[in-house]
Amino acid sequence: MSRDRAGPLDYARRWPLRLWVGAVMLFLYLPLASLVLFSFDASRRTIRWEGFTFDWYVRLAGDQALITAFVNSLTIAAMTTLVSVVLGAMAALALWRFRFPLRGAFDGAITLPIVVPEICMGVAMLVFFGTIAPWPRDLAWPFDLGAITIAHITFSFPFVTVVVRARLASFNRELEEAARDLGAGELRALRDVVLPHLRPALIAGALLAFTLSLDDFVITFFTAGPNTVTFPVKIYSMVRFSVTPEVNAASSVLMAITIILTLLGMKLQGTDMAGK
Amino acid sequence: MLIRIENVTKRFGSFVAVDNASLEIAEGEFFALLGPSGCGKTTLLRMLAGLEVPSEGRILIDGVDMAGTPPNRRPVNMVFQSYAVFPHLSVADNVAYGLVIDKVPRAERDARVAEALALVKLGSFAQRRPDQLSGGQRQRVALARALVKRPRVLLLDEPLSALDAKLRDAMRSELAAIQREVGVTFVMVTHDQDEALALASRCALMNSGRLVQIASPGELYESPASRFVADFIGSINLFAGSWQIDASDRRRIISPALPIPIATEAGANPPSGTTIWAGVRPEKIRIVPADAPPADSNSAAGTIVGSAYLGAVTLCDVRTAEGTMIKLSVPNTTPLAAKELAIGRPVRLAWDAAAVVVLTE
Repeated sequence: MSRDRAGPLDYARRWPLRLWVGAVMLFLYLPLASLVLFSFDASRRTIRWEGFTFDWYVRLAGDQALITAFVNSLTIAAMTTLVSVVLGAMAALALWRFRFPLRGAFDGAITLPIVVPEICMGVAMLVFFGTIAPWPRDLAWPFDLGAITIAHITFSFPFVTVVVRARLASFNRELEEAARDLGAGELRALRDVVLPHLRPALIAGALLAFTLSLDDFVITFFTAGPNTVTFPVKIYSMVRFSVTPEVNAASSVLMAITIILTLLGMKLQGTDMAGK
Repeated sequence: MLIRIENVTKRFGSFVAVDNASLEIAEGEFFALLGPSGCGKTTLLRMLAGLEVPSEGRILIDGVDMAGTPPNRRPVNMVFQSYAVFPHLSVADNVAYGLVIDKVPRAERDARVAEALALVKLGSFAQRRPDQLSGGQRQRVALARALVKRPRVLLLDEPLSALDAKLRDAMRSELAAIQREVGVTFVMVTHDQDEALALASRCALMNSGRLVQIASPGELYESPASRFVADFIGSINLFAGSWQIDASDRRRIISPALPIPIATEAGANPPSGTTIWAGVRPEKIRIVPADAPPADSNSAAGTIVGSAYLGAVTLCDVRTAEGTMIKLSVPNTTPLAAKELAIGRPVRLAWDAAAVVVLTE
């Protein structure tokens, strides 16, 4: 038989569903695809296709302000990732391992930054760093990025906590007890048995924190000063004059980085599930 | 005594998991903690390992009070119920783990790991990953990993419960062989009476947190201390009644369940009038010809009302004229033996006075 009949649950093999899936894909990705497409358009005004070019990317590479913003973004994302993973994993471990007063309240509070609207977080950060605890001005790079980084950590680390806790739920506690029984102290057992189990979650959490930080605009916009412009904020300021091919190119770069990191994260989690 | 458990109680909140348990285990014993699930046997084992802390009482190993000694400093090692083989380490690295922590020199460590793997017949699996092993092999890894540390006591938590029937039999005899070979004291937790009887040199039967009887398997089976023990270990017919002493000073048990008094050789001597139970194991009851003279031995007449053919034996339920149900197991000594035990057939049963145990609680 070259072609057997579709089973009752093989919806994906019937044309109405295929059509629907195609329409959804188009709706989701057409704007993004046209953005990337026009970043290679030779035309100055992004209306008509006038030929393929790398010019806009070359021009980006020469734009000193944009490069600075890009380096700022990467620096902030790196610092955010580092701190978020450590804080997030520790919070997850504490919630998983210990019983303590107000544990329930802590549990709820920790996921609050995920659900609080970003604009509120932004305003809160503005007020906080503006009046309550002003970040010192005129610090040398990279310390001038401190306020933004702290803001990013606040909304990134709960995501790490969520991912790590999900992973901890599948941890067999007898593994840790076995390590203790074989002579490991508490910290040694954590390092030798719990952390290897958490590795995929830590990597996924790190990538999540990195991408969240890298493309955050709203909260950054409220905490950024004139000398601490990040890549998304810079793109926004470029758009305010006009949507130029440079903007398209810069957005494409940001998108590419985000997609690559996300794919990497999914792959790392996927291989782990296959190993289970 | 290698292990002394003195008046140990363990409470989880208001729940008493282990209730005032006292127990001694000698060097080289294969000791089984037996009981239904939730009876506290695993909690007791975990207290020996240091994974739980007693609420009251003391645990001494080699004469040293273990209070305050964390699991990693105790001279015991454990084989966990889930085996707890480290999934990210190879078989050899799993076994070597405890030695690495103890900073045993490389050469000695390698030799001991090889020796332990040979002991559990996993020599050729050293470089495998745990996910490439079967359940039985993973258990061997756990066993080797614990034994390689040369513990004073090896603790086993339900070691055979996760294996299928055939593998369980094989592993059972292997476990016994390994214990004989290494001579280490084994303390095993199990809910399976067959496992405990077959492996252990001594058993402690537990029920709802209390130690009910501590004895050798034979004693536990043949002289149970209570109805709970008699009923948990194997199967038994119990007839409630009371002592009757006749003119010639013979003591028998009269029970409303049976028409004639039950003769016994058991010597318990409670005041007459209190309720006691006469117990007879099903395999100690035999079918005798209907015209056999009613000898001095115990007998009853009835009808077969149920039978289950198990291959080696047939389990029969016989109802007497009084309505008493008697269980018996009949060995299938000939291919057609089971056919004789048809439902509805009238039978005459007999059992020796020596087979009757007397239980007071």
